Amino acid sequence: MITQQTKSSMTSPALLASSLSKTYGEADSKISILQDLDLEVRKGESVAIIGSSGSGKSTLLGILAGLDIPTDGMVEVDGKAFSKLDEDARAATRGRQMGFIFQSFQLLPNLTALENVMIPLQLNNQKDAKSIALSALSIVGLSERVTHYPKQLSGGEQQRVGIARAFAMQPAILFADEPTGNLDKKTGKQIIDLLFRLNTESSTTLVLVTHDYQLAQRCMKVYELRDGKLELEDIE
Amino acid sequence: MMVIRLAWQQFWAQWRAGDVRVLLLALIVAVTAITGVTFFTSRIAAHLNTEGGLVLGGDMVLIADHAIPASAIDNAKAKGLRYTSTAEFPSMAIVGDKSQLAEIKALNPGFPLRGDLTVQFHANEKPKTIKTIPKPGESWIEPRLARLLSIGIGDLVEIGSTQLKVSGIITREPSRGGDMFSFAPRLMMNAADLAKTELIQYGSRVKYQLLVAGDAESVNSFGELLRDNLQPGERLQDLKTARPEIKSALDKAETFLGLSAMVSILLSIAAMLLASGPYISRNVETAALLRCFGASRVQIQRVLLWQCMLIALVGATIGCLFGYLLQALLANIAGTLFLDTLPQPSYSPIFIGYGISFSVLLALMMPNIQAIKNSPVVNILRADADAKVSISAFRFIPVVVLVVIIIFVLAKSIKLAIAVTAGMLAVCLLSAGIAYLFANLIYQLTQTGWHSQHGFFNLLKMGFANLKRNKILTVVQAVGFSIGAMVIILLTIVKNDLLDTWQQALPEDAPNHFAINIQPSQVTSIEAFLKKLDVNKPQVFPMIRGRLKEKNGQSLSADMYENERARRLVSREFNLSMAKEMQADNHLVEGDWWQEKDVGKPMLSIEQDITSALNIKIGDVLTYDIAGSKIDLHVTSIRKVDWDSMRANFFAVTPPNTLDAYPKSFMTAFFLKGQDTSLLDQLIKANPNLTIINVASLMEQVRGIMQKMSLAVSYVFVLCVVAGLVVLYAALIASRDTRAREASLLRVFGASKKQVSLVILAEYFGIAMIAASVALLTANLIAYYVSTQMFELPYSINRMLGLYAYTIAIILIPTAAWFVVRDYLNQPPKQVLNSV
Repeated sequence: MITQQTKSSMTSPALLASSLSKTYGEADSKISILQDLDLEVRKGESVAIIGSSGSGKSTLLGILAGLDIPTDGMVEVDGKAFSKLDEDARAATRGRQMGFIFQSFQLLPNLTALENVMIPLQLNNQKDAKSIALSALSIVGLSERVTHYPKQLSGGEQQRVGIARAFAMQPAILFADEPTGNLDKKTGKQIIDLLFRLNTESSTTLVLVTHDYQLAQRCMKVYELRDGKLELEDIE
Repeated sequence: MMVIRLAWQQFWAQWRAGDVRVLLLALIVAVTAITGVTFFTSRIAAHLNTEGGLVLGGDMVLIADHAIPASAIDNAKAKGLRYTSTAEFPSMAIVGDKSQLAEIKALNPGFPLRGDLTVQFHANEKPKTIKTIPKPGESWIEPRLARLLSIGIGDLVEIGSTQLKVSGIITREPSRGGDMFSFAPRLMMNAADLAKTELIQYGSRVKYQLLVAGDAESVNSFGELLRDNLQPGERLQDLKTARPEIKSALDKAETFLGLSAMVSILLSIAAMLLASGPYISRNVETAALLRCFGASRVQIQRVLLWQCMLIALVGATIGCLFGYLLQALLANIAGTLFLDTLPQPSYSPIFIGYGISFSVLLALMMPNIQAIKNSPVVNILRADADAKVSISAFRFIPVVVLVVIIIFVLAKSIKLAIAVTAGMLAVCLLSAGIAYLFANLIYQLTQTGWHSQHGFFNLLKMGFANLKRNKILTVVQAVGFSIGAMVIILLTIVKNDLLDTWQQALPEDAPNHFAINIQPSQVTSIEAFLKKLDVNKPQVFPMIRGRLKEKNGQSLSADMYENERARRLVSREFNLSMAKEMQADNHLVEGDWWQEKDVGKPMLSIEQDITSALNIKIGDVLTYDIAGSKIDLHVTSIRKVDWDSMRANFFAVTPPNTLDAYPKSFMTAFFLKGQDTSLLDQLIKANPNLTIINVASLMEQVRGIMQKMSLAVSYVFVLCVVAGLVVLYAALIASRDTRAREASLLRVFGASKKQVSLVILAEYFGIAMIAASVALLTANLIAYYVSTQMFELPYSINRMLGLYAYTIAIILIPTAAWFVVRDYLNQPPKQVLNSV
């Protein structure tokens, strides 16, 4: 759990979304997913976004991570207008500052666990990519399985590779999209424990999208996405 | 560096996935086909020039009815060419009281510049292959002359005012192939003795020849310069005019080889198109992930480009290597065709191979790379895999343009290129249309007609229902399968027709001797001789020498024509004949053959090439001068003559009796076995005026070339079959993920492995039936066109081939499909659903 002391150091926002809107389609067939939405995530903070299926959680995550652009409004990362940057500049920011954990793991099927973890490191020209990847895999308990391909790993193990890949880059912000969505309850819990342990150890800002309220409650703040807007929930 | 490392890593990853393997396999087949065939045909072409040279004794020959002008010799010297000259003329060779007309050839040192002669120098020795000429005072003669004059080595023969000692018997003079009706037996002598013969005087019919040899470029420029300044009575001869029968056989083989290479490339591109689907969708996923981790679009583009370059490089290198091996194999078969072995291959096909490899891959991939680079990265957060890449028809434009360019370059004829392009398009559309109709038909038949409580039938029904449910996939696969199968069937038909026709053209008992100068009074004895030889349907043809003087009342002269052939046609006599029926190997191009009632009428059937050279049409009236009197003949038909057949054939034929009033001789052609020479000798003794021409060795040569080229054609055909199979494999790979997903879903719903296999087999049985039907239909349509229009071969439907096609398709396609998804059936369904 996060201590009071760390909480006090969270002053400047790591991620700021203001008046975000996202609509699809034209005129009559226009669908509005996000409407005038605001969100502030401070450095080191962990934030959960919950909502029913189709409420726009993944769309919001995509926009916050710069994978998509808003129809209106702006996203700032570290005080800089992130969503106004062009595609490549956003990609560069992602490479330097962001990590991802996906519901369907998104491991490349024909690369080994080690090679999968090495990809973002290589992309960012990280020296010692291999040793960093090996140590990340060892942290998630997979040192014995580095040469295995995804199809030789269980779902839980695949997600561990996903976590190792995300943390290997030591990102400032970590986006997790339904990280336990494809796992059974027991494995899901182990994965979440691991995720939060590493998050605390590395003081990473975490934005977690889930429909699991119990999981969401492990974050400092929980927002519910309803009718295109975020509402802050009270945590017990 | 990072980009290259990633590209390399991705290349291996996709190699393991199998997507790259199909692409690479198709690419290797394409490069192997183009380099193999180009290597081989360029070697054959290079050799043909030498072979042509061998026939002519040089690379090019200037033939003149007067002494060779000094300017031509200076020209040859200036170009750095080797040269020599000969003089040929008919004269009597006399031994005691016996005399025989001989074709004398007086040689200068250096002859032959190309090739060699085979001469026997002692009665009990084997003939030797040499490159020299008789010494002054000596002569070499053909065995026929020796037989006719009853002389041998060491005897003296009188030529004009001099006597020459026979020092050799010429057993093989390659240059005796052309112009077969004009020569008497050969006698070769040294040109130094020519003056002593006192035979060369004003008005003598001497054929002077200047032979040149050297590198192709110099020879060509020598030829060009000379061609523009040819004087009356001069003409140039090179390979094309030297041995039309061999050239024609080789041309057909080369057309087929070229067509096979083109088909292999087109098939390979089709396979690559099919295989590019899974490859691209995998790259879309990878690219989205890389961009998620911060890769820029330029980096993505570079990674993909490097990946393409790697595939192209590997494909080209392996393809060129295989191409080289293929041509070595082909050359090994063809190498013993000729006297010499084939020249070493040039290295230009390697450039073509690499060029094809890189251009095909880039044309195929560049538009996709652009699309992948720009595809929305947010899709990575969405579960529905199908939304990941949109296929736009515009993306195929570069590869379609490239295909058209390849067709135009390889076809070497605009007519053929247009036919192939239109054919390809028609085949694709037709296959797609028919496949769609058949899919519906099978669906209707099986879904509405079958009501069964039996599980087996319900599974079949489910399989057939997939045909309609996966409509686009069914059509794409059926088109892929049917194009592969169509080409295999098409080439089988054309190849068999080609080989059969070749074999029929020169059967073992094809005539190998011609007898000319037969007088009317000798026809009966000749017919009796032919009966003794067991000649089936002996035919003795009348021959009337005539010169074409006028067309539609306008007199013709050489000056009126630019074309060298046309000029010769109007300035020399040629043979007319009379016949009741058309020769079996001729066929009518225009007009009608005469009937019984037309006997004696002034009608004329004329050979097609002459009509085009002299611009003669049906209805034209041609005036011939025969022995000083004129006759008008009306052109009533135009014939195509198969000169490959080596049978007796005539340019101009009239109905029987039409030319009876004119002086004529007769000719015949017959097959003589080696041991029957005594019969021939008896015939010659009884009829000394006859001229017998032995073309047995020439025919052996042509037959040898046909056999060897048939074999070469068969090998290249195998390559096309491989390309066809690659297309089939690519079509399976294209739908592998979808099939695996469907099979796993069925497993989730409780279907056993056996049940799932049955559904898959039923669906692919349906696709196989569709593909075989479409392939047979389109292959036969195209074969009809190709056989009748390009190779000028008769076309016939092969019913057994249809049966084979259905049998092989319904066994091969479902089994192969089952093998491709089999692995997935053994994995837990959830794992499959996650991994595809």
